[in-house]
Amino acid sequence: MNFVIPAFAPAIPEMVLLALTSFILVADTFWSKRYQFATYYATQATLIVVAYLIMSSFATAQVITFDGGFVRDSFADILKLFIVLVSLGIFLFSKEYLLQQKFFSGEYFVLGLFGVLGMFVMVSAHNFITLYLGLEIMSLAMYAMIALRRDASDAIESAMKYFVLGALATGILLYGFSMLYGATGSITFPEIAKIIEAGKADAVVLSFGVVFIVIGLAFKLGAVPFHMWAPDVYHGSPTAVTLYLGTAPKIAAFAIIYRLLAEGMPGLVSDWQTLIIILSVLSMVVGAIVAIVQENLKRMLAYSGIGHAGFLLLGVLAANPDGYAGAMFYIIVYAITAVAGFGMIIALSRTGNEFDKIADFKGLNNRNPWLAFMMLIVMFSMAGIPPFIGFFAKVIVIEEVVKAGFIWIAVVAVITAVISAFYYLRVVKAMYFDKADETGPIAPVSGELNWAVSFVSIALLVLGLMPSSLIELCYQSIGLK
Amino acid sequence: MLSSYPILSTLIWLPIIGGLLVLFAGRNNDTVAKWLSLIVAFATFVLSLPLWTGFDTTTAAMQFEEKISWIPAFNIYYHLGVDGLSMPLVLLTTFTQVLVIASAWDVIKERVEQYMGAFLIMGGMMTGVFVALDSILFYVFWEALLIPMFIVIGKWGGPRRVYATLKFFLYTFFGSVFMLVSFLYMYYQSGSFSILDMHTMQLGMTAQTLIFLAFLLAFAVKIPMFPVHTWLPDAHVEAPTAGSVVLAAIMLKMGGYGFVRFSLPITPDASMQLDWLVILLSLIAIVYIGIVALVQSDMKKLVAYSSISHMGFVTLGMFVLYDILASTGSLQGAQLGMEGAMVQMISHGFISGAMFLAIGVLYDRMHTREISAYSGVVNKMPWFVMFAVLFAMANVGLPGTSGFVGEFMVILSAFKANIWFGTIAALTLIIGAAYTLWMVKRVFFGPVTNENVEQLQDLNKREFAIMATLAVAVVALGVFPAPLMEVMHTSVGHLLVQATTSKL
Repeated sequence: MNFVIPAFAPAIPEMVLLALTSFILVADTFWSKRYQFATYYATQATLIVVAYLIMSSFATAQVITFDGGFVRDSFADILKLFIVLVSLGIFLFSKEYLLQQKFFSGEYFVLGLFGVLGMFVMVSAHNFITLYLGLEIMSLAMYAMIALRRDASDAIESAMKYFVLGALATGILLYGFSMLYGATGSITFPEIAKIIEAGKADAVVLSFGVVFIVIGLAFKLGAVPFHMWAPDVYHGSPTAVTLYLGTAPKIAAFAIIYRLLAEGMPGLVSDWQTLIIILSVLSMVVGAIVAIVQENLKRMLAYSGIGHAGFLLLGVLAANPDGYAGAMFYIIVYAITAVAGFGMIIALSRTGNEFDKIADFKGLNNRNPWLAFMMLIVMFSMAGIPPFIGFFAKVIVIEEVVKAGFIWIAVVAVITAVISAFYYLRVVKAMYFDKADETGPIAPVSGELNWAVSFVSIALLVLGLMPSSLIELCYQSIGLK
Repeated sequence: MLSSYPILSTLIWLPIIGGLLVLFAGRNNDTVAKWLSLIVAFATFVLSLPLWTGFDTTTAAMQFEEKISWIPAFNIYYHLGVDGLSMPLVLLTTFTQVLVIASAWDVIKERVEQYMGAFLIMGGMMTGVFVALDSILFYVFWEALLIPMFIVIGKWGGPRRVYATLKFFLYTFFGSVFMLVSFLYMYYQSGSFSILDMHTMQLGMTAQTLIFLAFLLAFAVKIPMFPVHTWLPDAHVEAPTAGSVVLAAIMLKMGGYGFVRFSLPITPDASMQLDWLVILLSLIAIVYIGIVALVQSDMKKLVAYSSISHMGFVTLGMFVLYDILASTGSLQGAQLGMEGAMVQMISHGFISGAMFLAIGVLYDRMHTREISAYSGVVNKMPWFVMFAVLFAMANVGLPGTSGFVGEFMVILSAFKANIWFGTIAALTLIIGAAYTLWMVKRVFFGPVTNENVEQLQDLNKREFAIMATLAVAVVALGVFPAPLMEVMHTSVGHLLVQATTSKL
C-alpha cells in the first residue's frame, strides 16, 4: 500500500483555526498578566480570519479528501459560516459576562475555539473516525468550560452530569458505529450507503446499529427521552457557557445527523424514520408541557430547546432533501434566536444577580422599554408567531412533514406550538404587565451589549420580513450535492 | 381602474411605520405621540377613500392588485388586492382607526406612545388581513395582529386583564394553527399558496371536510361562534375602550370575512354538506347568547354577548344559501342573505364600536360599568344619552338605522330557506330589544339615585365629534344602503357561483 499525500486545501480553514488556537493557548499565559483583553480580541480575529478563508474558497462542488474522511461541500461551508457567526456573538456576550461575574479568563475563549474546531470537524466528517474525533474535540472543550468556575458547586455538578452522560452517549454512538462497520466492512458514509443499498449487509445487525446511533445522536441533540441532562446543565452552568452550549453545538449536531442518516444510511430510512418520529413527537410534547412550570428562564429555555429539537427532527423525518434543507434552516434560525435569548439574560445580569429568573423580568417595559421590546421579539420568534423568522422556520418544517404524508405529526406539531406559546407569553407578561419588584430604571446596560442584543433581535424581525435569501441558501446547499 | 401608486401597500405600511415612529418620537412627549398618531390615522383614512371612488362595481375580479415575489422557493407572493367583499371592510378599518385614536386622547395616561403605536400597527395589519391574496401573507397578518392586541389588553386593561389576554391569545392561536396546516396541505396539492388558485383547485370530499372543519375552527373562534365564544366576554370586559372597539368592530369581522374568502369558495362541497352545523351554531348564538346577554350586570359584557348574537346573523346569512337553493331552485334569495350578512358586518362594525365608545364615555367618568351603579344619566348628560339611545336602537334593529338593513335581509332569506330558521332568527328582535332597552332604561332613565351620577359632565367636544360621526354613519347606512350593496353585488354573485360549483 502506497502512502498518498492527501489534498490539504479543503481543510485549510480547520488547519488555520487549529494553528491559531494553539498559538493563542500558549500566548495567553503571557498576555493575560499585562493585556486583559488580548486573548478575547485574538479569538474574535481568529474567527474572522477563518470565516474569510471559508468564504474565499467557498465550495461549489463536493470535495473529499483524507482518504474519504473529510468532505467539503456547500452544506458544510454554510453551516461553518453560521457556526462562526454564532460564536462571534457568543464570545462578545461572554466577555462582558465573565467580567461582571469576576471570572474573566483566557481559557474560556481558547476552549471555545477548540469547541468550534470540533464542530467544524463534525460538520465535515465523512467517516466514523472523523465524526468521532470532531465530537470528542467539541465535547471535551465543553466539559471544561462548564467546570471553569471551580468554586461554584452547581457548575461542577453540571460539568459532572454532562461529562458522565456525554461519555455514555458517545459510548452508545461508538457501539452503533462498530455494528455498522461490522455489518458493512466500511467506515466511509457513501460506501456504507452503497453496501446497504446493495443488500449485502446483515439486516439485524444494521437495525441494532441504527438504533444505537440514533440514541447517541438524540443524547447529543437533547431529544426526549434522552434529554434529562439538558435542563440541569443549562441551569447550573454560568450563563456564558449556557449560551455556548445551547447554540453553536446544535448546528454541529444537526450536521452529524444529516451526515449519518441522510448520507450514510439512506437505505435504512424505514428503520430510522420511525425512531425519529418518536423522538420528534415526544420532544415537542415534553418540551412544550414541562417548560410551562419553570421559574428559571435558563431552565425554561432548555426545555424550549428540547421542543425545538423536536421541530428540527420534523425536517429530518421527512427523509428527503427538501426536508433536510428545512431542518437546516430551522437549526440556523434557532441558533440565532437562542443567542438573542441567552444574550438578553447576559445583557441584563449584574454582579450578584444573574437575572435568569422569569420574575427578574417583571416590569422590564417600565425600566427599559427598548430591551423589553427586543426580548418580546425573541420570545415571539421562538413561539413561531409571525412576522418573525421563527414563524417561517416552523412553517417550513411542518410543510415538509405534510409533504411527506405525515399530516398527524403536523397536527401534533402545531398543537405543541400553541402550548409552548403559553410559556413564551409568560415572559412577555412579566415584562409588560407585571410590576417590578425593584423600581427605578435598570442599571445601565453596556453599550456594546445593547447594540449586540438589539442587532440580533432586529435581525429576527428583518429576516422574518425577508426570509427568502436564507431559505434559498439552505435549499441550494442541500440540492447542490 | 388602476391608481398610480400602490394604494393597498400604503394603507398597510403607512400606519405600521407611523406606529413605529410614534413609539420612538413620542417616548417622552405624550402630545407628540397623540398628534402624530391622529395625523397618521387620518391620512390613512383619506388615502383609503380612492378605493371607494375608483372601485369598479361591474367586476368580481380583484382590483388595485399588487404582486411581488416574496419567497420564491415556496412560491409565496406579496399579493394584495380587493374586491367587493373586502373593500368595505378596509374602509371600515381605516375609519375606525381614526375614532379609536381620538377616543383614547385624554383617557390613557400611562405609556401613551406604546398605546397609540400599538393601535396604529394593528390598523395596518388588519388592513393586511383583508387585502392579502396569498394565504401565507394572510396568515402572517392574521397572527401578527395578536401581538399588539395581547399587549393592549394586558397592559391597559381591567383587573383580570392578564387572564383575559392570555385566553384571547391562546384561543385565537389555537384556532388558527389548523388553518395553517390546511394551507400547507393545499400547497402540497397544488403547488401554490395563492388564495385565488385555491379557489379553483380540485379537492376530494375527505380533504374538503377536514379543511372546512379547520377553517371553521379558525373563523368560529374569531367571530366568535358558540361554543368557542367564551374568550370574547372576558377580553371585552378587560380591554380598554379602544381595544374593545377594535375587537368588536374589526377583528370579529375577520372571522366572517374568512368564511366568504376561504370556506365557501375553497370547500363548497363540504360547506354544502356541513351547512347545518354552522346554521345550528348560528341559531344557538342568536337565541341562547341573546338570553345570556339579558342577565348581565356589566354593560360591556352585555354588549359583548350582544355582539356574539349579532354575528350569529352574519354566519346564518352566509350559510343559508344551500337551503335556499334547495327550496327555491335559484340563487336569488341566497344573494339577499349573503349581502345581508355583509351589510350586517359593516353595520355591526359601526354599532358595536359606538356602543363600546359610549360605555367608555361613562366608564371614564365613573370608573364602573355595573348597570346598577347608574340611574338617570339623562338628567345630567342629555347629549350623550341622545346618541347612546340612537345606537341602542340601532343595536335592536330599528328601521332607519343600519342595524335594521342587514338583520332584515338575513331574516327574510332565512324564511326562504326554512320557516323555522326564519322564526328562530326573528326571535332576536324580541330578545335584542329586551336586553338593550332594559339596559337603556336602567342606566339612562329613571331618577338620579347616587351622587356620582349627580356629578356627571356631558360630552366634551372630542367625544361629541366621535359620537356624531358614528351616528351619521349608522343613520346614513340605514336610510341609504344602496351604494354599499352596489359595491358588493357583483362579488357576492361571483361568490355564490363559486360556493355552488362542485370541486369534486
